[in-house]
Amino acid sequence: MNIHEYQGKAILKEYGVAVPRGRVAFSVEEAVQIAEELGGRAVVKAQIHAGGRGKAGGVKVAKSLDEVRRYAGELLGMTLVTHQTGPEGKVVKRLLIEELTDIQKEYYIGLVVDRASGRVVMMASEEGGTEIEEVAAKTPEKIVRETIDPAVGLQPFQARKLAFAIHIPKPLVNQAVQFMMGLYQAFVDKDCSVAEINPLVVTGDGKVLALDAKLNFDSNALFRHPELLELRDPDEEDPREQQAAQFGLSYIALDGNIGCMVNGAGLAMATMDIIKYYGGEPANFLDVGGGASAEKVTEAFKIILQDSKVKGILVNIFGGIMKCDVIATGVVEAAKQIGLDRPLVVRLEGTNVELGKKILEESGLRIVPADSMADAAQKIVSLVK
Amino acid sequence: MSILVNRDTKVVTQGITGATGLFHTKQALEYGTKVVAGVTPGKGGTTVEGIPVFDTVAEAVKETGANASVIYVPPAFAADAIMEAVDAAVELVICITEGIPVLDMVRVKRYMEGKKTRLIGPNCPGVITPGECKIGIMPGYIHLPGHVGVVSRSGTLTYEAVHQLSTRGIGQSTAVGIGGDPVNGTNFIDVLKMFNEDPDTYAVIMIGEIGGTAEEEAAEWIRRNMSKPVVGFVAGATAPKGKRMGHAGAIISGGKGTAAEKIAKMQECGIRVAPTPAQMGETLVEVLKERGLLEKCITAPERAKLS
Repeated sequence: MNIHEYQGKAILKEYGVAVPRGRVAFSVEEAVQIAEELGGRAVVKAQIHAGGRGKAGGVKVAKSLDEVRRYAGELLGMTLVTHQTGPEGKVVKRLLIEELTDIQKEYYIGLVVDRASGRVVMMASEEGGTEIEEVAAKTPEKIVRETIDPAVGLQPFQARKLAFAIHIPKPLVNQAVQFMMGLYQAFVDKDCSVAEINPLVVTGDGKVLALDAKLNFDSNALFRHPELLELRDPDEEDPREQQAAQFGLSYIALDGNIGCMVNGAGLAMATMDIIKYYGGEPANFLDVGGGASAEKVTEAFKIILQDSKVKGILVNIFGGIMKCDVIATGVVEAAKQIGLDRPLVVRLEGTNVELGKKILEESGLRIVPADSMADAAQKIVSLVK
Repeated sequence: MSILVNRDTKVVTQGITGATGLFHTKQALEYGTKVVAGVTPGKGGTTVEGIPVFDTVAEAVKETGANASVIYVPPAFAADAIMEAVDAAVELVICITEGIPVLDMVRVKRYMEGKKTRLIGPNCPGVITPGECKIGIMPGYIHLPGHVGVVSRSGTLTYEAVHQLSTRGIGQSTAVGIGGDPVNGTNFIDVLKMFNEDPDTYAVIMIGEIGGTAEEEAAEWIRRNMSKPVVGFVAGATAPKGKRMGHAGAIISGGKGTAAEKIAKMQECGIRVAPTPAQMGETLVEVLKERGLLEKCITAPERAKLS
């Protein structure tokens, strides 16, 4: 789960991580009022769940209240297209109005869970402001890392090592250490999956500040963070993905025209792959999970069919423990209930497969049975052409 | 022979009185798995399906000699359940639970350092040695005893591979689901090492997916150490970047962990990669033929003729 920059900064502040003064504004009036409190000059920052806002024109420096008013008016309601939003962009509905910062130098600090070691790793670089992936590709020697032992957490000596390695001015190293310790504590307490401060800045008046903050949270841990769930911004989430999540379905919209319904994440991805292999384009990823009931199958159909691009559907179920006749019944019920008007290819495998196929055949619906994944993919690809 | 589990494995089910735990315990018993104990805190002293239930894993181990545990405990309590089994010195812990917070697994891994327990999973279908022992949620009947090892990050895709083998008369020595989470107990290399050392495994199918670099590391290990042929598949060639594809670990982040990168590395290391998920079985047959291993790997010749 992602949150906005201003929300991330509010969390970090609780942990003693220094951030510029500022607040969120939902209207031009609010923006002006906040800027007034800040002394009349302010940075106006578009709040969307995507990076690259600065380059896309989503961050403006306003030198007067009039400029704040003008920039806030321009940005609110604007569709911002960055390299992370996709070509359709995202509509700006919130702004962060923040005090101006006298930036001396920009750095990078990030925390991730490293899969290979199974531990949290803090990364730091003196190449702040650019994307860390770019730094990693071009000048990997400019990224330093400390692996953190979960039994004791980040130790001050580790933070010091990082601060010295990226050449934080020596008088400010202690501030940087405090910053990193707070960031790590927030990461652990809030079950983050990624925390990135890019840039961390050193200011002319000798402060270490988080100029930007990106926090991602582990969706598996949200059950113990009701306070984070409140930070959700429905405008930033795909409504179909949300609807799917309510029914325990995992759905991701894609650009193609073949809707997919599969059990198991790996098989669902593999089904998309084989559609593509035979010249088709999948419209979505959809994992109905291990215990797909008739209700879940019905909901899955509804979600797939909400996508007007969908010209046909492929159901691929490896019913191991789940019996194929039960799945077939669910598919037939769902198809009848929804009034399916597009080609449907169903591939079932597993217990009672013959019975399952019989139920599909006798349903009176135009369901095309398939014998294997390859057969199913070829059939649906030719049907939507 | 096989790896990890066999007919002598004695299993304790953690979470045996829950709906999932109970259902799969029955399935395992039907398959012939020796389920000797169950654990549900507070339900000690009762029995389920004739199996004694204990309050703690330590007690279950002491009373029944269980040497493997399977965990069907909800995600919020699963890390604790794993550590309880590790503390009771259970040799093999298989955690089926999906949805454990990743930082819980970071702590579990740290806790397991220096201990003798091997953890499989979490978020995995389990481990099966066909005809001997089934621990987990996989459908037993699709498997066939034999000589091909299967190791995979995905559940249903493993069933797909096993099914493609069994219908060709090719049996499996052991099928291991290592799970779809970013931090897990056992990785590809751990399992490949075991298959390499198992005299009854002649070839291996390795099924990966997008996210992380475990496939690349395994491929490099295979190039240096593996004496047996390995056939691969990687799911997610069409997956968009930055989106979690069901599994917590299946995400291309920062442009890293794509299927194309993994496949290229695997091929470079001598692994034959199936072009589609429907061709995993075919690709293995092709490789077995070239190595003169096909006859030895067909353990159900009557099925081989049918296909």
